[in-house]
Amino acid sequence: MAFKGVLRPGLIQIRVLNMDEAINHYQNILGLNIVSTEADGRVYLKGWDEFDHHSVVLRQAESAGLDYVAFKVDSDDYLREIEPKIVAWGLEVDHVPAGEQPGVGPRIGFTLPTGHRIELYHQIDMADDHPGITNPDIYPRRPEGMGASRFDHLLCYGPNIGKAREFFCEVLDFYQPEKVDLPEGDGSLAIWLTASNKAHDIAFVEHEEPGKLHHVAFLLQDWNEVGAAADIISINDVSLDIGPTRHGITRGQTIYFFDPSGNRNEVYAGGYTAYPDHPVRSWDFDHVGKGIFYYERALNDRFLTVLT
Amino acid sequence: MRHRVTIENCNETYPCSEQQTLLQGMEQLGKRGIPVGCRGGGCGVCRVQVTSGNFLKAKMSRSVISEADESKRIVLACRCTPTSDLSISVVGKMEKALRAECQVEPEDEVSVAAVV
Ligand code: FES
Repeated sequence: MAFKGVLRPGLIQIRVLNMDEAINHYQNILGLNIVSTEADGRVYLKGWDEFDHHSVVLRQAESAGLDYVAFKVDSDDYLREIEPKIVAWGLEVDHVPAGEQPGVGPRIGFTLPTGHRIELYHQIDMADDHPGITNPDIYPRRPEGMGASRFDHLLCYGPNIGKAREFFCEVLDFYQPEKVDLPEGDGSLAIWLTASNKAHDIAFVEHEEPGKLHHVAFLLQDWNEVGAAADIISINDVSLDIGPTRHGITRGQTIYFFDPSGNRNEVYAGGYTAYPDHPVRSWDFDHVGKGIFYYERALNDRFLTVLT
Repeated sequence: MRHRVTIENCNETYPCSEQQTLLQGMEQLGKRGIPVGCRGGGCGVCRVQVTSGNFLKAKMSRSVISEADESKRIVLACRCTPTSDLSISVVGKMEKALRAECQVEPEDEVSVAAVV
């Protein structure tokens, strides 16, 4: 197997202000399926094309935002071996026991210099309602709402993103398909990192406040589905941010909107196939508008400053 | 029932029904003044201080509105609905951008000039 170590961002726990409104949004608008609701009130969901037990965890809280994202790794051995490397790089590692989330084995967690909590895990049960395996149909039934097939990636805002890049690339074997340079010096304003063939599994923008969430993205099949998502946003009076449009960076076709607690969501299709031997695509600061919004060719204040 | 909302920073006034949030009322009429962010009480860019009048408020993210803010009637325009005429003053971190934005409106140029 050429694909080793970290496999993908598999679990994300999002804080919401009102659980009923959040369930309506993630279930009926995005089209994720509810897997379970647990005694502590957290609600577990998954996209129709995900084999694992769940991918999205909603937790009702006093503030919106991101609790953590957890990456699935290929084995228990990897989980054991990576821990001392994370510690040697300078991060404190803690342990989350098996069963803290239903169907999920032990996890390890740490906080990046950007203020974001990251976790790693290997064991997770297969979902009861998983995609077909034997003579599989293309999907088990027509998905609801936008029909988001899976949790795809996230964009984090925080300080020290250069350190985050170093950590992901040196310790977890990620690579960087794309970046935006700062107007002065050799630092980056924004970085796209991946452990896979996707143009990004996680991305960061340099920002003074630590631990902020810019958006959580879900995968759609194509441009038509992005258009249908726009229809669903208007039909249901969902708070629109921008789109449908396209990114120069990653080349993805996209629309951004907000969940009822103000957390930004993206549904996304397309994008190039990344390989670790490809050169890092770079955007200078003067071209960042086109990089982010390829058709509008300009950034807007809301996209840059609205975070949870 | 509709009430009049006055944004003190740029002398904009708009009608807002009891079924709309202060932000929706403004946005739907193409008016400007309060910065529009997530519209869900999470991001804090629509912070306003209500200087007169009554309103109802829904849950707002604690990380952007503290209890001290609430006691000073600093709230999120996207989470409040009017129950009387209101005067509000924009106090969010985009208040600076607002000043620039007010000047874009031709009719406001007069009032800005009058103040200067
Ligand atoms: S617009 Fe985000 S809190 Fe009101």
